[in-house]
Amino acid sequence: MILAKTGNEALAYAMKQVNPDVVAAYPITPSTEIVQIFSNYVHDGLVDTEFVAVESEHSAMSACIGAAASGCRTMTATASQGLALMHEMLFIAGGLRLPIVMAVASRSLSSPLNIHGDHSDSLASRDSGWMQFFCESVQEGYDTLFQAVKIAERTSLPAMVCVDGFILSHCLERVESFEDKKVRDWLGTWRPNWSLLDVARPILVGPATMQDYYFEFKRTQIEGMNRAMPVIEAVQEEFAREFGRGYGVIEEYRCEDAEAAVVLMGSACGTMREAVDTLRKQGKKVGMVKLRVFRPMAHEQFRRALARFKTVAVMDRMDTVSSWGGALYTEIGSALYHLPERPKLLSYVYGLGGKEFSPADAAGILEGALAGHKDELVTYVGVR
Amino acid sequence: MARLKDLCKNPELFSSGHRACAGCGEALAVRQVLLAAQQPVVGIMPTGCTEIFSSIYPHSAWQIPMIHTAFETAASTAAGVETAYRFLRKAGRMKEDVKFIAFGGDGGTYDIGFQALSGAVERRHKFLYVCTDNEGYMNTGIQRSSATPYGAHTTTSPAGKVVPGKRQHRKDIMEIMIAHEVAYAAQTTIAFWSDLVTKVGKALAADGPSFLNVLVPCPLGWGHAGDETVKLSRLAADTCFWPIYEWDSGRYVINHQPREKLPVEEFMKPQGRFRHLFTQEGGAEVVAELQRHVDAKWALLQKRRECFGAD
Ligand SMILES: Cc1ncc(C[n+]2csc(CCOP(=O)(O)OP(=O)(O)O)c2C)c(N)n1
Repeated sequence: MILAKTGNEALAYAMKQVNPDVVAAYPITPSTEIVQIFSNYVHDGLVDTEFVAVESEHSAMSACIGAAASGCRTMTATASQGLALMHEMLFIAGGLRLPIVMAVASRSLSSPLNIHGDHSDSLASRDSGWMQFFCESVQEGYDTLFQAVKIAERTSLPAMVCVDGFILSHCLERVESFEDKKVRDWLGTWRPNWSLLDVARPILVGPATMQDYYFEFKRTQIEGMNRAMPVIEAVQEEFAREFGRGYGVIEEYRCEDAEAAVVLMGSACGTMREAVDTLRKQGKKVGMVKLRVFRPMAHEQFRRALARFKTVAVMDRMDTVSSWGGALYTEIGSALYHLPERPKLLSYVYGLGGKEFSPADAAGILEGALAGHKDELVTYVGVR
Repeated sequence: MARLKDLCKNPELFSSGHRACAGCGEALAVRQVLLAAQQPVVGIMPTGCTEIFSSIYPHSAWQIPMIHTAFETAASTAAGVETAYRFLRKAGRMKEDVKFIAFGGDGGTYDIGFQALSGAVERRHKFLYVCTDNEGYMNTGIQRSSATPYGAHTTTSPAGKVVPGKRQHRKDIMEIMIAHEVAYAAQTTIAFWSDLVTKVGKALAADGPSFLNVLVPCPLGWGHAGDETVKLSRLAADTCFWPIYEWDSGRYVINHQPREKLPVEEFMKPQGRFRHLFTQEGGAEVVAELQRHVDAKWALLQKRRECFGAD
């Protein structure tokens, strides 16, 4: 069925179709609507979910951890300060290997307070042991949420599905939706290997460890993330077979004969596509590499896709405030370092706090990549 | 009333061999609470002494399913576990009748975990929250909490040359929980094992969240010999420093009326954390202020019992 939905509506609708066992969530702009719409589904009897309207995001994630450890398919949604407040618990969800799925309407972090879209919140959680998917469109957010549930359960890793705050969360788009039954059959019922509620086989979840075991626990968690990429690829293929829409870990757009490329993720990929097309019309050989999966890191895909370029512009919708640009820039730099001959990387930071990012801005970055050099290490696009 | 004759037949759900200090009141409380649990229970605990002395991998003292997440999250994690239980029962994926018990230290309860506790209780998750109150953050080396009594020395309210220990009175968590209209709230201490076990039974039978505040002497933190734990627990009640009472269906019941109300000094003197008050100048005023506070709280409780009492 074709629907007109905003990002939040589409994500809430996808959650309804998943019909998770437990949702514990707290409102925050721009993801509030997800929680509101889902509450309506609960109170109108359209889902079987037990919904907990907790008193904070810290408690939301704690309750999700409790529910997931008890064998329930568990979901939540948040953004910005909420995600920051959850920070401590994100690591615990990851360390306990709980397949919680969270929709994130990515937003800036205070101070100054700003409710608009950027990747500061999501990328500040990048080392917490969660898989992270960044979506270009509302459709992609909708599709990715289903994939995330399956991938999380297969890898025993929690997953975030990030859509850019406001730019996608509040943007009305055409969405091709699936039938409830088809989604539910595809996902099946979640039956974990262990559950806290198995009273006949008591287990201890979340022990303390000393120097003798902590590292070993962490090493197995790291191995779980190491092995996640093939699972992501497999589930995306299964999804494409079942629902007819395929996504890669990265997407190479008009890269075949390109001389320079730009790498980015999220909604700005749509703007960049336009700019690539425009420059192509002018005979300029530029391409775009869109990143969909930030965790696990797509380092092999990057090496394969980017090795042949002389210059690659990397765009970050956040800054690490380290005098070294954004997270994507530093990570792609380290991925490419292992190549015998590597492209030159140019760092661009754009769109913080929802700052307009126009096709002209995008074209400017592509031109910069073609030129192959710029004076400053990090260019802050569109800052007055 | 619980009887030893019966209790000793119950399985020990908290194994010996854990790493608590000799004379640890907290370990006794956990053991007594679980002796009262006659049906399947699932435990939730925050970071703190109990977690550390019971659960260092690859060992566990718990014979019940137990989850630990973080320091301020006993109640919020319990909320998730209890919600999962309700879902699985509703979905027909679980048959057993299970009860939930969260064990939190006073730090994890009165302070950092207070918001989560307030929220979970307001949402009426059905679980028993047991605060094992040793009046300080013992796991991190004896820091003050909002449960630390007036005048007590801790490492962050030290008995200094100018300031003689903690400068504030303790928080009245019982009244705060009663104001949440919990299904049942009670206060007790480990010397009153029969009272404790009876209260756990009532709390688990209550239709909604329940709260049990258990005073647990801490030899290391309070500075007393390990074999004085039970004696101090009893003195706390007999000085009315720690009234033994309950709030059941809107009624206050005082479960232990000391035959003779002893001066609070009797409770304080054996403890290192109050020693400065008996050796340093100005200590007597601090003791007098603590006595005044104990008397006032005790009088208030009597009033409450008169107004909202059982008889
Ligand atoms: C967010 C956070 N802050 C601080 C700590 C350090 N910490 C661990 S246990 C503890 C004190 C525990 O005190 P209490 O809850 O009274 O329990 P007790 O150890 O006395 O039984 C502290 C401060 C922590 N684990 N997490």
